[in-house]
Amino acid sequence: MAKIDFEIPKLEDYPVVPAVKEGTMKHSQPYKAIDKFQEPLGYPGKLVDNWKERALDKMGELLGKYRSLQVYLDSCVKCGACTDKCHYFLGTSDPKNMPVGRQDLLRKVYRRHFTFAGKYFPKLVGAEDLTKDVLDDWYSYYHQCSQCRRCSVFCPYGIDTAEISMAAREILDSVGEGQKYCNEIIAKVYKIGNNLGLPGPALVDTLEGLEEDVEEETNIQVKYPVDQKGADILLITPSADFFAEPHVDGLIGYGKVFHQAGLSWTLSSYASEAANFGMFIGSYENMRQVSLRIRKAALDLGVKRIIFGECGHAWRVAYSFLNTLAGPFDFLDKRYPVPQHICELTHGLIESGVLRFDKSANDDMVLTYHDSCNVARASRMGRKPGGQFTIPRDIIRASCNNFYDMPYETIHDSTFCCGGGGGLLTDDLMEVRIKGAMPRAQALKQVVDDYGVTHMAAICAICKSQFTKVLPYFGFTMDQIVSVHQLVSNAIVMDIKEV
Amino acid sequence: MSVLYGVLFFLASIIFIGGLVYKIRQYWRTPAPLKIPTTPAPVTQTGVVWRLFREVVFFESLFRSTKWTWIFGWLFHFGLFLVLVRHLRYFIDPIPVWLVWLQPFGKYAAFAMLFGLAGLLARRIFVDRVRYISAPSDYLMLLLLLAIGSSGLLMTFVFHTYIVGVKAFFRGLMYFDWQALPADPVLLAHLGMVMFLMIIFPFSKLLHAPGIFFSPTRNQVDNPREKRHLAPWAEKLEAVDGQ
Ligand code: HEM
Ligand code: HEM
Ligand code: SF4
Ligand code: SF4
Repeated sequence: MAKIDFEIPKLEDYPVVPAVKEGTMKHSQPYKAIDKFQEPLGYPGKLVDNWKERALDKMGELLGKYRSLQVYLDSCVKCGACTDKCHYFLGTSDPKNMPVGRQDLLRKVYRRHFTFAGKYFPKLVGAEDLTKDVLDDWYSYYHQCSQCRRCSVFCPYGIDTAEISMAAREILDSVGEGQKYCNEIIAKVYKIGNNLGLPGPALVDTLEGLEEDVEEETNIQVKYPVDQKGADILLITPSADFFAEPHVDGLIGYGKVFHQAGLSWTLSSYASEAANFGMFIGSYENMRQVSLRIRKAALDLGVKRIIFGECGHAWRVAYSFLNTLAGPFDFLDKRYPVPQHICELTHGLIESGVLRFDKSANDDMVLTYHDSCNVARASRMGRKPGGQFTIPRDIIRASCNNFYDMPYETIHDSTFCCGGGGGLLTDDLMEVRIKGAMPRAQALKQVVDDYGVTHMAAICAICKSQFTKVLPYFGFTMDQIVSVHQLVSNAIVMDIKEV
Repeated sequence: MSVLYGVLFFLASIIFIGGLVYKIRQYWRTPAPLKIPTTPAPVTQTGVVWRLFREVVFFESLFRSTKWTWIFGWLFHFGLFLVLVRHLRYFIDPIPVWLVWLQPFGKYAAFAMLFGLAGLLARRIFVDRVRYISAPSDYLMLLLLLAIGSSGLLMTFVFHTYIVGVKAFFRGLMYFDWQALPADPVLLAHLGMVMFLMIIFPFSKLLHAPGIFFSPTRNQVDNPREKRHLAPWAEKLEAVDGQ
């Protein structure tokens, strides 16, 4: 655990909405991107001189391109319904972390420069000029939003602060105030193919190591193939799956599922990344460029299906946007949705009786499940709405004996973000990450106390990394967070058969 | 006085209707380039209509969110709706049977409306989070509606006005046939504030009424894997790099 100079929020027995304390998180700003990370993405290297005009021009452009932005900036009635819904407000008490408070940072400038009322009666309607101080506030508070969309569930008009944050980050990027973490990573994807900058040969090495480990453990030769032309399935998975704990245990699980079901599959070294940080920075163009790599990989390898591994925002981009950004995928097998989630595959195989489990293999754990925001509120699994809640739980129940849900207000589409999503998973934002994890930690504590839960499963690389890092601050241990396919991997019954 | 009010009502109506048409056209024409419904979302168009119906009629999301705001907000809007329906009697002739039947409900709905508004105002003043996000206009809007409602109530129950004259005036306006307006101070105040409300409608947060129908998180069908959803400006990107 790193040293910290702020107070860790206490876990109360019941959720408490804090009293407003202004300015507590104003200081929290991530490192800015320097020119070598800005330019590959098409942004200026540092704050431009005429930033004010440029920012307003960009805002005008985005208002014309995104109906969400236009409608949401007009429609908020300040009813306050969203004010106690954001985990960052609950953890920091800073009113600019209330969803409407966050929106208002952009809205006040919109009103001042784009509406009649704000031009002539700024004081009356709370309109403000775009000043350097406002720009700084944007940089602080739009990097304290994980774009989790919890607020949009509860707003009577569905106002989605994530849309506003994305637009704000796009504006910031366009005047040269990019965030280092996100933009450096996107630049790496363009250069090397994944967020970690893990080149092809290293990837092959890693996977060979994995094959040896699995063979040692099970006596079965499970393959983890890369760039295998003619394979049926292209697996796109977050690069953290290649080595981080507990992610890699999930990857081992996918391999066992493919193996046991007799499916031919491959990874791609060109598109060795499911994550798409283009979404976090609100850039359609960058999101599209990253997505096109997947299309190219699928074409080059001649696969028939695309399946995504456990990753939350990646699944949002894949499920909700991929077809639009990089489609049409008419060259793939039309019998399967494009793309599919690994949980959809595993679930289907369980239902059709292809996979069998020895649940007792997971008897050392009592589990709960964390719904990742982007899976829960921005995508779907299966045919029916809400499949994103039932399918992962069905898989857990099929592979484990002990499972309990956290309190109802903190799961399904009311789930609390892990605190590290939306491009905030960086050490320079540790304070907001820890404070923002408080509501989830509290819900977890409740089931730990009530049911003796020992582990929390998740299907998102960011959630897993975030929890391993921040849960210890709340008195848990880092190994209490597990991958769903790790549970599958533990319990799956493998037949010895020739492949 | 009648002439002044007549002219002002024309102007107010033009601004109200013109402004709304402008905003609705703007919403209509601005593309929504990606599928962003808040899930779980309906997978059919019929499902979306039903979702919006629940939002507009029952304020479903608000109900999940905070019960107090829901109670006050719903009483206010439902009351407002009945009051406005009852007001149709000043504009249509002959009055249809269902409207006659509705009269008493409209009359008492005014109390629900005022009660709701008072509750919303109290919440705005006493809950620190809501106070923080309120601009002067947010209070004034509630006060304006309270004043319109109270002046109306006064006419209904205390200082009765000459309804037949009011109706003649408004039907006159609609058919370009000038009639005198009863020069009753409460009525003039009521109507003056109503005009003001009509004028600010398209420039204020009252745009939430058309806005809800254009909110992509609520009005989109959840079918991105089946259908591409290309905005015109995004299509141009494809033309550029030939993919
Ligand atoms: C499609 C029709 C409409 C819908 C679905 C709708 C819905 C809502 C909802 C859900 C709220 C938030 C909760 C609340 O504070 O009550 C609200 C607030 C409000 N609505 Fe409406 N509304 C509609 C039409 C109108 C109209 C026609 C007016 C005015 C004449 C109006 C005036 C207001 C005001 C002033 C507020 C803010 C209340 C406050 O300050 O807390 N609404 N509306
Ligand atoms: C051109 C528009 C309008 C006209 C001509 C008008 C006229 C009137 C009249 C003559 C009354 C007295 C009814 C009686 O004595 O029984 C009344 C009552 C009332 N008005 Fe209006 N009004 C208008 C718009 C509005 C609006 C926009 C609102 C609300 C925002 C409103 C709210 C009320 C209320 C609450 C009452 C008392 C309850 C009732 O009698 O329905 N009025 N109005
Ligand atoms: S999207 Fe999530 S993090 Fe952002 S304001 Fe809404 S609730 Fe908070
Ligand atoms: S819930 Fe929606 S309308 Fe209400 S204050 Fe929040 S963003 Fe505005």
